[in-house]
Amino acid sequence: METSQSSDPFVIAGRTFASRLIVGTGKYPSHAVMAQAHAASGADMVTVAVRRVNLNDRSGQSLLDYIDRDRMFLLPNTAACYTADEAVRTARLAREAGMSNWVKLEVIGDEKTLFPDSIALLEATTILVKEGFVVLPYTIDDPVLCRKLEDAGAAAVMPLAAPIGSGLGIQNANNIAIIKEFARVPVIVDAGVGTASDAAIAMELGADGVLMNTAIAGAGDPVAMAHAMRLAVQAGRLAYRAGRIEKKRYATASSPLTGVVGR
Amino acid sequence: MTIRLNGDPFDLAKPVSVSVLLEQLAIDARRVAVERNQLVVKKAAYDSTVVTDGDEIEIVNFVGGG
Repeated sequence: METSQSSDPFVIAGRTFASRLIVGTGKYPSHAVMAQAHAASGADMVTVAVRRVNLNDRSGQSLLDYIDRDRMFLLPNTAACYTADEAVRTARLAREAGMSNWVKLEVIGDEKTLFPDSIALLEATTILVKEGFVVLPYTIDDPVLCRKLEDAGAAAVMPLAAPIGSGLGIQNANNIAIIKEFARVPVIVDAGVGTASDAAIAMELGADGVLMNTAIAGAGDPVAMAHAMRLAVQAGRLAYRAGRIEKKRYATASSPLTGVVGR
Repeated sequence: MTIRLNGDPFDLAKPVSVSVLLEQLAIDARRVAVERNQLVVKKAAYDSTVVTDGDEIEIVNFVGGG
C-alpha cells in the first residue's frame, strides 16, 4: 500500500514529491541497470554530479539518456568540493546546465571519512541562499549545526547516518531524532544507509526522507534492493505516523488472562 | 593563442565565441555548462562571449553521483 500522498505530502521548498526516497546515479553496474533500479525505487528525485566533459571521448551516451526526465527531478550535487568557493562555483554551473536552482550542497572536509567541513558548508549555504538557490546541505548529524543551516536559509537539512558509502546504518539515532525535533524544514537522512532496515529506522525516527546511492547501486541485485528500499521507506513512514508502543521491560499479555481452560 | 580548457592547455587559431568553441569540440551546448575565468557563461551569452588568449575555460556536464 502506498502512503497516501494527499494526507502526507513530502514537500521541499514548495515542491511536492511522490516518494520520500531520493536515489543517486553513481556506481551502478550499467546505465541500464540504473534505469531499472530507479523505476523499482519509486523515487522521483535523483542526484547527479557535475564534472568536466571528457574531451577525449565524446562518443559515450550521456547519463541523462537513462534518466526518465518526465518523472525524475534532478538534484545536482557538489560532491568532491573541498572549499566553499569550489562548491559555490559548481552549484552555479549546475544551475546553468540543469536549468534548476536546487543543489545538494557538499563541502568535504576530510578525504578518508568524507565528513563535511561544517564551517565551509555554512558559509557556502549562506552565499547560495542569497543567490536564490534551494540549498539542501549534506551535514554531520549535529542538531546545533542543522539549526544554523536552517537559519541560513537551507530548504532542508540532510544529516548523515554514517560515512558516505559505508553502509553502517544510523550511528546516532538520538541525534537524528533531536534534529527532527528541532527542525522546521524537512530532514533527509543522507549517506551511510546499508540495507532496508536502516532506511526504515531513519523514517521511524521521524526523518522526512532518505537519500542513498551506494546501498542500491552496490547491492548484489540493485533493482531488487531499490524495491526493498522503496518498501522500507514507506513502512518506516507509516510506522512513524502510526505511533509506536512504548518500550517496557516486562511482558504484557496479549491474550485474556481470564477463562483459561482447567483453571 | 592558447587557452586552458578543463585544466589543460588548448590551442586556438584565433579568438572564437563560446558557441563556436563548443561546435569545434562537437559538444551539444544543451547538455553542458561553461565557465570562463571562474564565472558562469549564460547560454544566452554563448554567441557574444569571446574566448581569447589565456582564458580559463571549464566545460562541465552531469555524471553519475550520489
